[in-house]
Amino acid sequence: MRLELSVTDALAETPWWLSAIKAVVIFGFLVVSTLVMIWAERRVVARMQQRVGPNRVGPFGLLQGLADGIKLALKEDIIPTAADKAIFILAPIISATTCFLAFAVIPFGPVVSVFGQETALQLTDFSVSVLYVLAVTSVGVYGLVLAGWSSGSTYPLLGGLRSSAQVISYEIAMGLSFVAVFLYSGSMSTSEIVSSQDRLWFAIILLPSFLIYVVSMVGETNRAPFDLPEAEGELVGGFHTEYSSLKFALFFLAEYINMFTVAALATTLFLGGWQAPWPLGGAIWAGANDGWWPVLWFVAKLWIFMFMFIWLRGTLPRMRYDQFMKFGWKVLIPLSLLWIAIVATVRAVSNEASIDRQDILIWGGVALAVLLVVSIVWDYVSGRELEQPDDIDKPFDPFGGGHPVPPLPGQQAVAVAVVASPSNADSEVLDA
Amino acid sequence: MNPIVPILFLGLLAFGFAAFSILAGSLSGPKRYSRVKLDAYECGIEPTPQPIGGGRFPVKYYLTAMLFILFDIEIVFLYPWAVAFDQLAIFGLIEMLLFILTLGVAYAYVWRRGGLEWD
Repeated sequence: MRLELSVTDALAETPWWLSAIKAVVIFGFLVVSTLVMIWAERRVVARMQQRVGPNRVGPFGLLQGLADGIKLALKEDIIPTAADKAIFILAPIISATTCFLAFAVIPFGPVVSVFGQETALQLTDFSVSVLYVLAVTSVGVYGLVLAGWSSGSTYPLLGGLRSSAQVISYEIAMGLSFVAVFLYSGSMSTSEIVSSQDRLWFAIILLPSFLIYVVSMVGETNRAPFDLPEAEGELVGGFHTEYSSLKFALFFLAEYINMFTVAALATTLFLGGWQAPWPLGGAIWAGANDGWWPVLWFVAKLWIFMFMFIWLRGTLPRMRYDQFMKFGWKVLIPLSLLWIAIVATVRAVSNEASIDRQDILIWGGVALAVLLVVSIVWDYVSGRELEQPDDIDKPFDPFGGGHPVPPLPGQQAVAVAVVASPSNADSEVLDA
Repeated sequence: MNPIVPILFLGLLAFGFAAFSILAGSLSGPKRYSRVKLDAYECGIEPTPQPIGGGRFPVKYYLTAMLFILFDIEIVFLYPWAVAFDQLAIFGLIEMLLFILTLGVAYAYVWRRGGLEWD
């Protein structure tokens, strides 16, 4: 049974206590999901690395996240002498508060009846909800920058700068990938975007947008292979190096909730949100999109993305910072602008001449996706040759700089004096 | 009900949780003072002295921030255009293509001048 009320009306008539309950449920959902995700990530990555993973705390090690949290709470809360105390304390609060907020406009399902009250399974919705998500996640960047800046230490400062540069760079590609979606849905409200995908998901019609979004959402959340802000070989822990105890836990929580947020946004904008996956909806099972079932579809789609995050972490090595920025600015941004121009032109022309635009877009999208892959491969192959130093052919003196340096691949080390000395000549004889 | 109100609920809840965690963290852990422990962490070596107020960092980051603002403003113009696309029709399309092209010139300039290079 589909209820008659529209999402906007249902939300407008929702009493305050029901909104409060929904807020608590979303909060609880996110915290519990984070605990499960920490466990799932460690178990799955362990499997990918031929290990077992945590399996001692609770059944299958499920309570590992909770145990880690309690352990962190019992650690000493350190505020370094050089830190700017007020901002040092404020930064994790900013991060952990803003990360929850984006979920307010994510639709978990259609209009349902709760305690005899008809309401939509989403906390709230405006005509510009996606803009609101972008705004809130941008405020979250302040948490990172201020944490890095206020620590009064070198590594956090560099980590904070890096993450802010990274997040804002990929936010452009991310923002551009939404334009095609708005073009097709004719709205920026999350519930309307979901309902405009009832026939075909935007991931299929707008494949390049989807791919660009998926890449930039990994960059946005500072996750592997784009986890440069906390590259432990270079920056120790990045912006949260100086944080300990529950302040560190808050940053950790914020990172994981941000992953859920971008995954939920991907689901809502590109994978049809709470709508049942293709063969299920409509003819086969008429009730699949009614009542509480959509929550299941939504959560399942969410976890597909979460698995992808884990998979990426288990598969790919970390990128180099300059390559990463180059990819964002020189590949993703021009490609998204080009794609927007194509989508807009196709739509305008087909609006005027009433041509079936779906075929054009799907094939055009596939062509552009191929172009994207080719550009990455080409960049990878050609970059190899370009990055050779100019003096590669010259003989290389390993002791030239005062201390021994191994030659780069392709460089020819000059015969060092030590080899020719009489004492070594003896050993060469012995070797022979 | 105003659609902002439920966000306030969630925001207050999240803020309360964060503030409570920080308070609880500072109360539940041990407190053992040591000067070395409160130093900046630099893998055990004597920490680099930080100038008061943050000091200086590479100008690259400012450039990235400026470029971000430019493109973000472009996006802000693109959104309403995309939402109202069907009403604006061909006129809107041509105007927006011209706008993207104009910004494309600036983008090509930045690219050519090495503004997008990191080393």
